[in-house]
Amino acid sequence: MVDVPLGSTGVVAAPDVEDVELYHPHSWVTKYVFSQDAKIIAIQYSFVALSVGLIALVLSWLMRLQLGFPGVFSFIDANAYYQFITMHGMMMVVYVLTALFLGGFGNYLIPLMIGARDMVFPYVNMLSFWIYLLAVLILVASFFVPGGPTGAGWTLYPPQAITTGTPGGQEWGIILMLVSLMVFIIGFTMGGLNYVVTVLQARARGMTLMRMPLTVWGIFTASFMALLAFPALFVGAVMMLFDRTLGTSFFMPAMVEMGQPLDRNGGSPLLFQHLFWFFGHPEVYIVALPAFGIVSDLISTHARRNIFGYRMMVWALLAIGALSFIVWAHHMYVSGMNPYFGFFFATTTLIIAVPTAIKVYNWILTLWRGDIHLTVPMLFALAFIVTFVNGGLTGLFLGNVVVDVPLSDTMFVVAHFHMVMGVAPILVIFGAIYHWYPKVTGRMLNDGLGKLHFWVTFLGAYAIFFPMHYLGLIGIPRRYHDIADMAFVPPSAHTLNAFITIVALIVGAAQLVFVFNLFWSLRYGRVAGGNPWRATTLEWQTPETPPPHGNWGKDLPVVYRWAYDYSVPGADQDFLPQNQPGLTRAIPEPGHG
Amino acid sequence: MGSILFFLSILAIIATWWLSRQGLASKPWLEQGEAAVLPNIPVQTTDPATIGLRVFLAVVGSFFALFISAYAMRMQLPHWRSLPLPPILWLNTIMIALSSIALHGATVAVRRGERSELKVSLLAAGIAALAFLSGQLVAWQQLASEGYGLTINPANDFFYVLTGAHGLHLVGGLVVLARTAGKAWRGPTTERLRLPVELCATYWHFLLLLWLVLLSIWTGWAGEFIDICRQLLT
Repeated sequence: MVDVPLGSTGVVAAPDVEDVELYHPHSWVTKYVFSQDAKIIAIQYSFVALSVGLIALVLSWLMRLQLGFPGVFSFIDANAYYQFITMHGMMMVVYVLTALFLGGFGNYLIPLMIGARDMVFPYVNMLSFWIYLLAVLILVASFFVPGGPTGAGWTLYPPQAITTGTPGGQEWGIILMLVSLMVFIIGFTMGGLNYVVTVLQARARGMTLMRMPLTVWGIFTASFMALLAFPALFVGAVMMLFDRTLGTSFFMPAMVEMGQPLDRNGGSPLLFQHLFWFFGHPEVYIVALPAFGIVSDLISTHARRNIFGYRMMVWALLAIGALSFIVWAHHMYVSGMNPYFGFFFATTTLIIAVPTAIKVYNWILTLWRGDIHLTVPMLFALAFIVTFVNGGLTGLFLGNVVVDVPLSDTMFVVAHFHMVMGVAPILVIFGAIYHWYPKVTGRMLNDGLGKLHFWVTFLGAYAIFFPMHYLGLIGIPRRYHDIADMAFVPPSAHTLNAFITIVALIVGAAQLVFVFNLFWSLRYGRVAGGNPWRATTLEWQTPETPPPHGNWGKDLPVVYRWAYDYSVPGADQDFLPQNQPGLTRAIPEPGHG
Repeated sequence: MGSILFFLSILAIIATWWLSRQGLASKPWLEQGEAAVLPNIPVQTTDPATIGLRVFLAVVGSFFALFISAYAMRMQLPHWRSLPLPPILWLNTIMIALSSIALHGATVAVRRGERSELKVSLLAAGIAALAFLSGQLVAWQQLASEGYGLTINPANDFFYVLTGAHGLHLVGGLVVLARTAGKAWRGPTTERLRLPVELCATYWHFLLLLWLVLLSIWTGWAGEFIDICRQLLT
C-alpha cells in the first residue's frame, strides 16, 4: 500500500472559480415559463421531446398496422404511409433523441455534475428551448396544411423530395420540414454553445477534465460534434429550400416529370446525399456518445465499482467523435461512387469499431466482480450493452461494401439502425430517467411499474427487430407500402409482419405505463432523499433535493477526487463523494486493479 | 468535400493541442485533493463570452466550408458557367477591410481608455460595413441586369447564396455593433466596453477573412493555388 499525498501527480486544475452573479426571476412566469434556470429548461426540453416521441410512436403504430395487415386500414394509403415513415424518422432522430440527450440531460446534468450554478449564458439557453419549441410546432403544423407533411423519407433525398407525386413535394410539407430543421439547428447552436463553454469555463474548483463523470464527457463531445455537423444539414436545407421555392438547380438535375421536361439546369442529387450524410453519420454518434457516457455512470454506480479504464473511455469517446466525421459515405455505397472511395469508407467504418469495442469491454470489465444491484436503471443499462453489441455486429455487415450492396434498402438496414440508434439510446434514456428522476422531483419512480415497463420494452424490442433482420435477408425491401404477393416473398414473411405489428402495439402501450409512472410518482412516489443510489458524483451532493435555483446554496462545491470512488478499500462506506476531502488514503500498489 | 475536411483538420489540430495541455494522460484514480496547478500552465482567465465566440466562429466556419465544398463539387459537373465578377466587388473588399481596420482601432482605443477615439472608430466601422453591404446589393443588381440572375445557372445560384449568407452574418454583427456603440455613447466605463468591442473586432476580422476566401474562389486564385500545391506534392 502507498500513500498518495495531495496533488502529487500535478494535473491541471480547473480555473479558480469565482462565484457568479445569478439571474433572479421576479415572477412565476420568469421562474417556470421563460425560465433561465438550466434545470427548468431541461425539464421543458424533456417534456416537449417526450411528447414528440409519443406522436412518433403513434406514427410507427400506423406504419406497422399497414405492414402487418395490408389493406385492412383504408385510411393508410401509400401517401399517408410515406408521410408516417418520414415524420416518424425525422422526429425520433432529431427532435426526440438529439433534443432529449443534449437539451434535456445536457441542461440538467452539466451544471450539476461539474459543480456550476448554471449555464454560462442563461438567456441564450432559454432562447434555445423556445426556438426548439418553435421548430417542433412548425413540424407538427405540417400535419394540418394542404397536402399534409412531406413523405420524402427521413433522408429527404432530392429530386423526389420536391417533385410532384411525393406527398408534400409540391405543397407545404417539404417547406415546413426544411424550415423546421433550420430553426431547430439555430436553436440547437445556441444550446450547444452553452454546453461546450460551460464545461470549459464553469467547472468547480478541483474538477479537472479527467475528473469529470463520463456523462459530462459524452455530452460535451457530442455537443461539439453537433455544432460542427448540423451546419451540413443546414446548408442542404437552405439549398433545397431555394430549389423548391425559387427554382434554383442545386440538387435538381434536368429531368422529365409526368411527361413534361422541368425547367432545371442539371443540379446534383448526389451533392445533397454528401451533405446529408456529412451530418447524418456524426448524428448517430451525437446520439450515441451521451448514451455511452450515461451508461458508464449507471453501471459504475449500480455495480458499486469504479469504471474500468476511465482514461481509455475518455480517449475512446474523443476518437469516436473524430472518426465519425470521415465515415459518412458508407451510407452511399449504392450511389455509384468510385469503388476506391467505398474501400476507404469501409476501412474507416471498421476502424471506428475499435474504440467502440474498447468501451463495451470496459463496461463488461466494470461489471466483473462488481456488486451488481439489479435496479431499474441498471436493468436498462445492461439491456443497452446487449442491444448495442447486437446492433454493432450487424453494422459490421453493412459497413462492408460487398455485403452492404445486396442488403441495401432492405428491412435488414431498418433492423440494424433501430437496434443501434433507436432501441439502444432509448434504453439509456429510460435508465437515465429512472436514475435521475429522484434528483429532479425528490421522489422515486415506482419500482414495480418500472420493472414491468423494462421487461415489456426490452423483450418486445427484440421480438420486433430480430425477425426484421430475417425479413431483410430474404429480400423484403424497406419503404414499400405493400409488398403484396411477389414471387420471392414466402407466406411466412406476412405472418412475421403481422407478429411484429402486434408486438409493436404491445410495446407502444407499455410506454403508457412509463408515462403514468412519471406522473403518479410525482405525487405518490417514495421520498427519495438527497442521494438514494449512494452515488459519488456532485449532483447527488446538493444541499437540497430537488436542487433550487443556483444549485449549491452559499458555497460552490470543491472537488477532491474522481467520479468513481466506489468500494474503496478501507473507506467507511462503499462510496466517496467527489466533494469529500481527505488528504491521504491507502490505495493498492500499482499493478493491481 | 475537401474544404470541409481541411477546415475540420485545422480544428482537430487546435483541439488536440488544447487537449494535450489538459492532463488527459493523468490517472485520476490515483489522485485526490484539490488538483495542483502545473507551474508552466497559466490559469485560464478568458471570459466565457470570448470562448463562446470562438466556438461560434468554428460553427460558422464549418457552415461556409460546407458551402464551399458543395460549390467545388458542383463546379466539376456539366452545365457550369462561371459568372464574371462585377468590379464593384473590389471596392466592397476595400470597404470591409476598412471596417475591420476601424474595429481594430477601436480595440486599441478601448484598451487605452480613449473614449472619443473609440466612438469615432466604432462609427467608422459601422459606416464602412454598411457601405460594403450596399455595394453587395449593387453587385447583385448589376449581375441580374446583365442576365446573370438566380436560377440561370448553378454558378449564379451559389454566388447569390454565398454572398447572401455572408451578408446576413454581417447584418447580425451590425446589430451587436450598434448595441456596443450605444453603450459607448451612453457611457459605462471604457473598461466595461473592452470585452464587447474586442468580440466585435474578432467577429469582423473573421468575416473579412471569410470574404477574402470567397473572393479567391470566385477569381479562381484558390483553384490555382491548390493546383500549385498539388504539383509540388506530386
